[in-house]
Amino acid sequence: MQARINSLYKAESRRVLATLIRLLGDFDLAEEGLQEAFMAAMAQWPQDGVPENPRAWLVSTGRFKAIDQIRKRARYDTSLDDIAEQLDAGLGAVDDPEGENIEDDRLRLVFTCCHPSLSAEARTALTLREVCDLTTEEIARAFLATPPTVAQRIVRAKAKIRDAAIPYEVPAPAQLPERLDSVLQVIYLVFNEGYSASSGEEVTRLDLCAEAIRLARLVLQLLPEPEVQGLLALMLLHDARKMTRSNADGELVLLEDQDRSQWHREQIDEGDGLVRDALASRRFGPYTVQAAIAAVHAGAVTAADTDWQEIVALYDLLLRLQPSPVIALNRAVAVAMGEGPAAGLRLINALLDSGQLREYHLAYAALADFHRRLAQREDAIHNYREALRLVRQEPERRFLEKRLRQLVENA
Amino acid sequence: MKYLALVYYDEAIIDAMSKTEWDALNAECYHCVQSLKSSGHFVDGAPLHPVATGTTVRVRDGKAAVTDGPFAETREQLAGFYMLEARDLNEALSLAAKIPPARLGSVEVRPVRELPVPAEAE
Repeated sequence: MQARINSLYKAESRRVLATLIRLLGDFDLAEEGLQEAFMAAMAQWPQDGVPENPRAWLVSTGRFKAIDQIRKRARYDTSLDDIAEQLDAGLGAVDDPEGENIEDDRLRLVFTCCHPSLSAEARTALTLREVCDLTTEEIARAFLATPPTVAQRIVRAKAKIRDAAIPYEVPAPAQLPERLDSVLQVIYLVFNEGYSASSGEEVTRLDLCAEAIRLARLVLQLLPEPEVQGLLALMLLHDARKMTRSNADGELVLLEDQDRSQWHREQIDEGDGLVRDALASRRFGPYTVQAAIAAVHAGAVTAADTDWQEIVALYDLLLRLQPSPVIALNRAVAVAMGEGPAAGLRLINALLDSGQLREYHLAYAALADFHRRLAQREDAIHNYREALRLVRQEPERRFLEKRLRQLVENA
Repeated sequence: MKYLALVYYDEAIIDAMSKTEWDALNAECYHCVQSLKSSGHFVDGAPLHPVATGTTVRVRDGKAAVTDGPFAETREQLAGFYMLEARDLNEALSLAAKIPPARLGSVEVRPVRELPVPAEAE
């Protein structure tokens, strides 16, 4: 029963929370209600059995417990009596627990958490916490911040939602496109958190990737915009390779060494279709172009078949839309694949000379690899050491150490 | 819920206007107020004389210091205010977006709070 409730929590707690926030009009109250509901489930279901509609039971119980809480506090603060009355009377039974309302509530939650009235950091922290159920530790790692900072951001964000009366609603059509941008940004951050942990043992955290993809699908349903298609495509294409990113021992496997027969063809086809649609609209943005690059990789039957020229052209387009040193680095690697390592060295050294990427381990890893291919042993060793100084993720660390060992041992 | 919409713009923009343009802007503001009144969103509001007509008072250690001009030099200056009644922030923001100087400067929208009545005053 414990296991059943645990898996129910993973599957349903966010939906239940989203609905409770709508019913109770308050994040903290909803969270309390959610916790109480699951505690009640653990106490009652072993005897009474799992209800026919667990989600509806949890929502109903959570709401009841929360109103009960307010009533208890009303003994010390009579102004809460009115609130308890309103919540109890006005809303009646939970409407249509199986239907659209639940997904609408999740969208309400997403758009509220991503309201432009909240700071960018607050939006991301709040969405990751409330919509995706990441812990403050996980969020802190993703943003290179400390857990207390993240916790404070979330507290302040909820306070602002309360004090400024940010409504729990999906934006009106006129506001929708601009409100969408911040939502996409948050979804992509969630995916990245799941795709490659920023430190620690796991290369991928599968649940978060599925969560991000699910969120993107939800948003796409509401707003079939090219960039939403582009973002969904990008995530599907990356996710299609997740089984081959690491081997049975948890070691990193490079793209060129991945077993392409293990790639999820259906997901690749879906991603491919979405990219084509998005590009055809001519209103696409950076996510779509990144997806197009991923699609070119996914379309190559073997690594040797990769159309590097097309990839470089797409990186050129991407840099015009979104100038960034990391993108420039990726472009340099693509150039090197087509024109040879020396070309890659020139480009990356130019980036480092201009002061960019100096703390980014992948820049040095790329340099090391180019030197290695050119049999420039000393330079390769030096750059692997630099990369190791900066790397955070364990599988990446082990990979770099292995490369370094091979060079040192072949003296 | 009450929100204060503080209207700011760079007075240099206004100074560069012709009388016709200035009159037109004022007429727009007049109609905006009328519209807010008829929709029940207008609680109070007023345009202000330019920032140079302002005087700032600070009391420190029981002494009042009076200085000319605004409390601080800012890129945009306070030009007026609206006290709005709105259902929630989104409604307040869409009302604020209709304030004519919003396209020239910035409108800060802030929720109004109730001053708690101190125990001795009850």
